[in-house]
Amino acid sequence: MDTIEAAKFIGAGLATIAFVGSGIGIGIVFGNYISAALRNPGAAQSQFTNLYIGYALCELQGLFGLLIALILMYT
Amino acid sequence: MAMNPMEQFAIKPLIAEPVLHIAGHPIYFTNQALLMIIVALASSLFLTLAVKPNRLVPTRGQSMAEMSYEFVANIIHSATGEDGLKFFPFVFTLFIFVLCSNFFGMVPGSFTVTSQIAVTFALTMLVILTVIVTGFARHGLGFFKLFVPDAPIYILLFLVPLEVISFLARPMSLSMRLFANMLAGHTMLQVMAGFVVALGGAGGILSLVSVAPMLLIVGLGALEILVAFLQAYVFAILSCIYLNEALHLHEHH
Repeated sequence: MDTIEAAKFIGAGLATIAFVGSGIGIGIVFGNYISAALRNPGAAQSQFTNLYIGYALCELQGLFGLLIALILMYT
Repeated sequence: MAMNPMEQFAIKPLIAEPVLHIAGHPIYFTNQALLMIIVALASSLFLTLAVKPNRLVPTRGQSMAEMSYEFVANIIHSATGEDGLKFFPFVFTLFIFVLCSNFFGMVPGSFTVTSQIAVTFALTMLVILTVIVTGFARHGLGFFKLFVPDAPIYILLFLVPLEVISFLARPMSLSMRLFANMLAGHTMLQVMAGFVVALGGAGGILSLVSVAPMLLIVGLGALEILVAFLQAYVFAILSCIYLNEALHLHEHH
């Protein structure tokens, strides 16, 4: 029984690796937005919505990892 | 000193007796219900009282209310175009409710309504059901064209299942995003606060070091306020995008 408990915690810890991808993705989204906005400041405002959609989608992938960690820890 | 950082999300009944029974299930008046009532009352009172005098030169309160109105109107207009504006009351209520619950949750010692997946999932189902009802009311069975993008037939073979899956994943993704963001942020603050208590109680030089996590909490608190606003914004904008698909299918407005 103890082994299963320990394996659950290890699995929960491993699931948080999902945030690596989330971090990389958010960095790419914002980095590209800023570099594009500096090249063409006039069009920057119009892409604000797309920026946050990209951000939200990237972040979601990390949050699925958190969900799995929570499921492992509390069920 | 080891406090459970998840303790703050526990739902406790405030009145020991169940308020009413529905189909044998006792319904309690919990801290969550109290906070939801406070949020709804505070936001609607603020928004009505602030614009009540209808001044030509707005005070700070009135311009806050007017700015939030304009902000949401802009979101809807940019995402769905002109005919999406009839959903303004719906999206505005969603946005203000999520925003106010997030902000009220930032008050130390209070309870974050949106950190419960039951609440966020209910809000999300409201959005998805509105999308489905609007789509069928507007296009009839043509609403199923939503799953068939403009592409050659051999690509459609892969695209249609993908579109169906992405549509079905929406309720989960929209509710998970808000719930997990709030949960993770508040847990992080609580863990940091635990560091302060543990270091402060350790005595000697360690008590002095406890200033560091304390300062970190201030920074993280500011970040959490940003996230609280951002998640409300993202929730509103994604609802608008889903509504736009129901209204216009694949054509551009």
